[in-house]
Amino acid sequence: MKIFGLSFKVIKTLLTTQYAYMLEYRIEIALWALSGVLPFIMFSLWSENDVGNTFGLNDIGLARYFLSAFLVRQFSVVWVVFSFEEDSLSGRLSPYLLQPLHPLLRYVAAHLAEQATRLPFALAIAITFFFLNPSSFWLPSLPQLFLAYLSTHLAFSIAFLLQSLVAALCFWTEKSSALERLIFVPYLFLSGLLVPLSAFPSNVLKIAMLTPFPYLINFPAKILSGMPVDIFNGFLAQVLWILILGPSVNILWKLGVKRYTAMGA
Amino acid sequence: MPNNPSDLILVDQLSKYYRVANKQPGFKGTLKHFFDRKTYDVPAVTDISFKISPGEIVGFLGANGAGKTTLLKMMCGLIHPSTGLVDVGGFSPQRRQAAFLKEITLVMGQKQQLIWDLPPMDSLYVNAAVYGLSDYEAKVRINELADMLELGEELTRPVRKLSLGQRMKSEILAALLHKPSVLFLDEPTLGLDVNAQARVRSFLSEYNKRTGATILLTSHYMADITALCPRVICIHKGKLFYDGDLDSLANSLSPSREVKVELKNSCSSDQFEKYGEIQDLNDRFVCLLVSRDKLTDVVSNLLTDFDIIDLEISDPPIDQLIGKLFIKGEVN
Repeated sequence: MKIFGLSFKVIKTLLTTQYAYMLEYRIEIALWALSGVLPFIMFSLWSENDVGNTFGLNDIGLARYFLSAFLVRQFSVVWVVFSFEEDSLSGRLSPYLLQPLHPLLRYVAAHLAEQATRLPFALAIAITFFFLNPSSFWLPSLPQLFLAYLSTHLAFSIAFLLQSLVAALCFWTEKSSALERLIFVPYLFLSGLLVPLSAFPSNVLKIAMLTPFPYLINFPAKILSGMPVDIFNGFLAQVLWILILGPSVNILWKLGVKRYTAMGA
Repeated sequence: MPNNPSDLILVDQLSKYYRVANKQPGFKGTLKHFFDRKTYDVPAVTDISFKISPGEIVGFLGANGAGKTTLLKMMCGLIHPSTGLVDVGGFSPQRRQAAFLKEITLVMGQKQQLIWDLPPMDSLYVNAAVYGLSDYEAKVRINELADMLELGEELTRPVRKLSLGQRMKSEILAALLHKPSVLFLDEPTLGLDVNAQARVRSFLSEYNKRTGATILLTSHYMADITALCPRVICIHKGKLFYDGDLDSLANSLSPSREVKVELKNSCSSDQFEKYGEIQDLNDRFVCLLVSRDKLTDVVSNLLTDFDIIDLEISDPPIDQLIGKLFIKGEVN
């Protein structure tokens, strides 16, 4: 059986090895999971100031949205640009380039393994949240859960491709993580991590929806929290962004790799 | 350069230029560098051509920055040439086709592909999967190579807990797991102690004999080159200036041989001036540098003219000769 041209054995070996590697850093990963509590801070800020109604949400809706945003963020967070930059500058990329496996697939495996390692910590944080806010407790229906799971993975794919696009610039700039900051700012404001996008004025919202960012947090979080959402157009937009970013990464990678000088190696 | 079907590697008029930025020192230089960066092309390899047959072991010699590693990187496909042609087994290396990558490997001293926090065995099974080896094949290959490299329980210890020598041997095992037919080795014994260097050398020699693999090697340790490489390619300032067997290189570098004599009685330097260049003289011991064409006559005369206890003829140490060569930058 092959998935994206990779045999099941390669996928299984990469994932299990990366999972073993991530378990070596379980404390670090727990801290990373804890460091993703920005949605809870925003929830506390907005609920204290009683602005939920402005967003078209009551306190319970607001709590569910931000918990969902936290969970979606936990499973769509991407750091490929930082690892790639380090590997590229230290020469560790060189052996990866000389093996019959696209180097980016190793990073995909590392991210998926890290997500699996995060899972228990993220669930523990979610349970603590329900304990502190019992009125916000809900269990999504199975179809809801499935769609949220799917959209979160698509969100991860978009985020990964977007950051890979920046990472590929390492072949030109060496320090492309600085460029990643340019993406991080619109991501922060337009993804729905700080505030549900329904709070935006309609003309700003229209522009935001033309970018990939609302499909990274806002769309999957809305599905998970049970908020009304245009499922068809949301998934369509996610797939379209993947179709745009995938070939773009491929082209930039092919151009960039010609410039690789194997520094430090 | 026409390609003979028996040649495995063809390098034809290969050049590589690196673009670098030049920065003047000081604050003014920093500002100028920030606003008006001046770049220029530095030649790393210039117009190099040679051919390598299957099964050969070729040593690349050169001082730091001579261009030998750049050459190796172009041949394995890691970097793209600026101009010229490289052909390895019918493949254009920089295209990095899967079929080509399965036939080669690159080992870089002090650079690792093993996952630092896991035992080498985990990385080995990743490599086995990537190269499409079955579990059985992987197990057999790991056992065979581990045996040759004298690796045992080290393979199940985290890489970070291994000594440099154990790590390097594990790296070599990982790099050879897929049975590559062309090995690119860049300083494979760098930083290893003398014993570990000798083990790596004997392993490479054994691997070449068993599999018929072609080995291209750069090393600063002349012992690696003399022990493994009948043929050497010398690079100086990006240009090839010698391609041939090591003995001929030694002959061309030093047309003389060392004659060490132990005498029965003490002697003085004026007694030996007519035989050759006196390298060393200490009481009853004398070391002479004698040109190869006069060697037979000189030895015969010495035996006739003096009471000799012992006489030894040897080549001057190759590393000294190569050292001189890099300082001079040319071969006579």
